[in-house]
Amino acid sequence: MTKASHITRAQVEDFLFMEADLLDNWELNEWEKLLADDACYYIPPNDKLDGSHKDTLFIIADDRERLHQRIIRVLDPNCHAEHPKSRLSRVISNVRILSTEGDLVHISANFICHRYRRYERLGEYVGKMLYTLRVTGDGFLIKERRVLLKSHELGSLGSVSFIL
Amino acid sequence: MTRQGSYVVDDQEKGIFLLDRIVHVSEDVLRDEMKNIFSKCWIYVGHSSELKKPGDFQTRKVAGRPVIFARDQKGQIRCFFNTCRHRGAIVCTERHGNTRRFFCVYHGWSYNNDGALARVPGEEAYTEAFDKSTLGMKSPAKFENYRDFWFLNLDPNAPSLKDYLGRATEYLDLVVEQSPSGQMEVLQGTQEYDVAGNWKLMVENSVDDYHLPSTHSTWLNYMANSGVKVEPPKEAGLLLPTKGYAVDLGNGHFTTDNVNFRGRPVAKWIPIYGEDSKQEIDDIRAELVERLGPERAARVADTNRNLVIFPNLVINDGSSVTIRAFYPEGVDKMHVVAWALGPVEESESARARRLDAFLTFYGPGGFATPDDVEALEMVQKGLANWQEDRWSEMSRGMGRSEEEQLNSDEFHLRLFWRKWNEMMTKEEASS
Repeated sequence: MTKASHITRAQVEDFLFMEADLLDNWELNEWEKLLADDACYYIPPNDKLDGSHKDTLFIIADDRERLHQRIIRVLDPNCHAEHPKSRLSRVISNVRILSTEGDLVHISANFICHRYRRYERLGEYVGKMLYTLRVTGDGFLIKERRVLLKSHELGSLGSVSFIL
Repeated sequence: MTRQGSYVVDDQEKGIFLLDRIVHVSEDVLRDEMKNIFSKCWIYVGHSSELKKPGDFQTRKVAGRPVIFARDQKGQIRCFFNTCRHRGAIVCTERHGNTRRFFCVYHGWSYNNDGALARVPGEEAYTEAFDKSTLGMKSPAKFENYRDFWFLNLDPNAPSLKDYLGRATEYLDLVVEQSPSGQMEVLQGTQEYDVAGNWKLMVENSVDDYHLPSTHSTWLNYMANSGVKVEPPKEAGLLLPTKGYAVDLGNGHFTTDNVNFRGRPVAKWIPIYGEDSKQEIDDIRAELVERLGPERAARVADTNRNLVIFPNLVINDGSSVTIRAFYPEGVDKMHVVAWALGPVEESESARARRLDAFLTFYGPGGFATPDDVEALEMVQKGLANWQEDRWSEMSRGMGRSEEEQLNSDEFHLRLFWRKWNEMMTKEEASS
């Protein structure tokens, strides 16, 4: 698996489903191994989904180092917003390969992420994920992960204190 | 029904201050707040920079009222109640945009962006007593700005905004002086989220530095991992890495005023900004010194402040600059809106650094705010026991003089509650 143009949707789906499982199960150290050295993770604000984090106030705009620090933070029992941990279940669907260039493949997928916390149903994060994956000899690495939330505002969802 | 007695026990002699927890759980209290606080105080609406061109508008809910914040064709900034004079429907459903006319979808009445009633379909069916000139969209009793921060007041007898703000203007000036031209702008992208807690808990939380080491230890770890010194100095009584004070600004306004350790896009470098940003931070600093003199430049750049404009506006002039307003949506729920503010002439790289610095701490995906939200929601849950455990403790620092009130004391929280209590219990409040 080295040429992006040969990648099939089934291969991409297998990867996304595996990633979803790691995130749902809080296996974030394993998840971190899926990140490329130049990985970044963005959640634009609900009212400016096509903005750039360089001139728009985002919800999350992590580079690789910030991602590493975020993992340390959310696994720390003193990350009060996630201790005890939310129970998460995400459903990934409508997976499409948008384009390929060199060793990169651009993916879009829809998602619903159910979050339960404190014995209460907290709600669903709904939207579209845009990925840029790097194709390597050992499988995919995540170069960019962009989460576009469909709701007009976060509202009763409150925070994004876990990795969405 | 307004209560005649006090919601606080304020025993200066013993140095004890207690707050009746009913203030966070009672529907009656909330009803009285809408009348005695939100209908009497200056309430933040928006910033001039959100309306760049004639015809620009923003809609939002302020003091429970849907309003239109708009710039008319002549460039004047206005505020209207978003309600058709005919039957009451809102006349603007978009959150922001640009228009010459606001249009009611129900019967088609339309209004110019200066509020005047422009067109009524089938006007000939009315008598002469029907006077279109009196049927423009209504505006709040008062609507004024201080250095581009616009506020409304529902009380025609209210003092001017400038008088109301009092010494808080000094701290707004420190924000505005970060811009060489004295012009700050709200950046695009809004953070809007609910917190399952009473709105007043956010007032307390926004200035309460006592909670930093316990609530935000993961943020302090992150700062330390990134090369920022976060160990409190040996000086007795300091819980935080640097010394900071709580300052009374009058009229229920107050601020923290801290020696900075957490970095400032204007203009205090920390390793998180990256080695390659040192030169630009130095240049920003040099401009400040040249324009303001070394002392004032240090005041702007080397101190950080969380300012509360009574009752519900917070400006965090800290790791970045945030405008944060929050509104009650029931006794146990508030709606929070947060914006980032920056100098209009900022370079692309400085702008990107400001936004990145914002996210290190603030907002629903920040390294600190979600834990604040958690703490406030834990308080609200615990307050279900208010009848069995009635009083909150808020006496930290009461033994010391006003000049020695630390940011980790509760002096500033007491200022809020004294003002709030005064407005909620005075004679005319019950009428």
